[in-house]
Amino acid sequence: MADPRRRSIPSEVRAAWLFVGPGLAIIFLFFLLPIAAALLLSLTDFDLYAVADWRNLRLVGFENYSHLLRDRLFWQAMRNTFYFVLVGGPLTVMVSLAAALMIQSKLTRFPGIFRTAFFAPAVTTLVAIAAVWRYLYHPQFGLLNHALGWFGIAPIDWLGDTRWAMPAIILLSIWKNFGANMIILAAGLQSIPESLYEAARLEGAGWWRQLRDVTLPMLAPTFLFVAVMTCIGYFQLFAEPFVLTRQGEPLNSTLSVALLMYKEGFRFWHMGYAAAVAFILFLVILAATTLQVRLAKGREA
Amino acid sequence: MKKPLTSLLLHAALIAGAVLTLLPLVWMIMASLMPTGEASSEPPPFFPSHVTFDHYRELFVHLNIGRVLFNSALLAVSVTVLSVLLNAMAGYAFAKLRFPGRGKIFGFLLGALVLPAQVAILPLFLLMRQLGLVGSYWGVILPGMATIFGIFLVRQYALSIPDELLDAARIDGASEVRIFAEIILPLCRPVLVTLAIFTFLGTWNDFFWPLVVLADDAKYTLPVALANLFGEHVQDTELMMAGSVLTVMPVLLLFLFLQRHYVQGLLMGGLKE
Repeated sequence: MADPRRRSIPSEVRAAWLFVGPGLAIIFLFFLLPIAAALLLSLTDFDLYAVADWRNLRLVGFENYSHLLRDRLFWQAMRNTFYFVLVGGPLTVMVSLAAALMIQSKLTRFPGIFRTAFFAPAVTTLVAIAAVWRYLYHPQFGLLNHALGWFGIAPIDWLGDTRWAMPAIILLSIWKNFGANMIILAAGLQSIPESLYEAARLEGAGWWRQLRDVTLPMLAPTFLFVAVMTCIGYFQLFAEPFVLTRQGEPLNSTLSVALLMYKEGFRFWHMGYAAAVAFILFLVILAATTLQVRLAKGREA
Repeated sequence: MKKPLTSLLLHAALIAGAVLTLLPLVWMIMASLMPTGEASSEPPPFFPSHVTFDHYRELFVHLNIGRVLFNSALLAVSVTVLSVLLNAMAGYAFAKLRFPGRGKIFGFLLGALVLPAQVAILPLFLLMRQLGLVGSYWGVILPGMATIFGIFLVRQYALSIPDELLDAARIDGASEVRIFAEIILPLCRPVLVTLAIFTFLGTWNDFFWPLVVLADDAKYTLPVALANLFGEHVQDTELMMAGSVLTVMPVLLLFLFLQRHYVQGLLMGGLKE
């Protein structure tokens, strides 16, 4: 009866299509089709006139892309996004790992309380939280500069200084995101067999060597998953600079690629051009994900 | 042994971490209760000199936040109910019903799991515009009604349901719809609860897509309305914090009460490799 290769029964097949049909239709129509259409859209000059009447639409080949590669704002958005991903990503994952190691430590009392506290930011609404942090970062009345003052550090204009605006966004993002990663890493830690640690201890391995020789290698697959998901999410940076630094200020130092796409597409109605931005972002994310997985595989071999 | 010292340092780090993590949230609540202008004084106060609910009143009476709260709740509940149903149906079929092309379609969906949603936004907007759904609740509900992640989550769970159970029901003459409604749904309850919490939080917190497609003040959700309010009232720290509290508190409380289920879902997503 339970043979998975049993011949399919017509009534079962009909029921199956009835069950998968609606879900597949939604995903195809509102997710897969638009992604494919983004490529087509990027080959047109879709703008305000085309929004009004589709007959004003022209195919322009790769003109949007060649224009984009000469656009200084695009390169700045690319640089900012890579800054955020390459600095913010590893920092977030490091903090997540440290938190996971701490709450999973056998010495820790009441790990549940700390887990809840660390995880709380992950469920909050980014827009509301970005508003909160905007006041915490206030150069004169913000608690952050006030606290730094105790250590004799002069007030920093976090959101008004081109050098500090991106670090401010990164700090907020670490705070918001480390808890979710921590939960996943903690589960990975929990699944490492205790016998491996016992064996290491018998060989006289201390805390550091146990971490290096047992914990980290065993955690590698979970770690890779967390790193890839963080990376994909961080490349799509949008709401943080939208609210915290008022759409990419100061002087576009926090303008992300997604924010540029939003402005081009929904502010100026340069839909074709914005689609080209989106598609390049897509390729970058794909390349980054592939690279991470390749690197991890290479190290295993 | 230096265990006591290690333990002391460990707990000091944990407590410091917890304080830093919770501080912004606690300050948000404190500032929302301060009299107007108090948060912008030196040195910055942490506790209100006296507690006032004026800013909440202002939000409800003059800024129509009640309507916005209603929009957020309506959309989050609608998307959650509909998507849990459609994802459960599809996830169950992929796990338990045999039909030609099942493996191929599912493999294709898994591959598409890494596609970034933002890439779809521009054409999706044009599609919604063509359908006349820009500025309507359906603009948010329709695309949220099924997700690859949700289908995947239910399928993994439903795989463990024994075939004998379903076959026995079929022999008894139960229809496929009845089997789904009376056997599968109750058995999948844990994963459906997880999925429901996930979807509710995701829809409540979503910003980019509602910002684009809701194009009508009367339909705005909390994050969109809050971002708008922020543009006009950036100087009113206490008012903005009251708005932030109203936005964050419902999801934070939901999480505190249901955190076990939520965390489970996160792990199912995280350990799928």
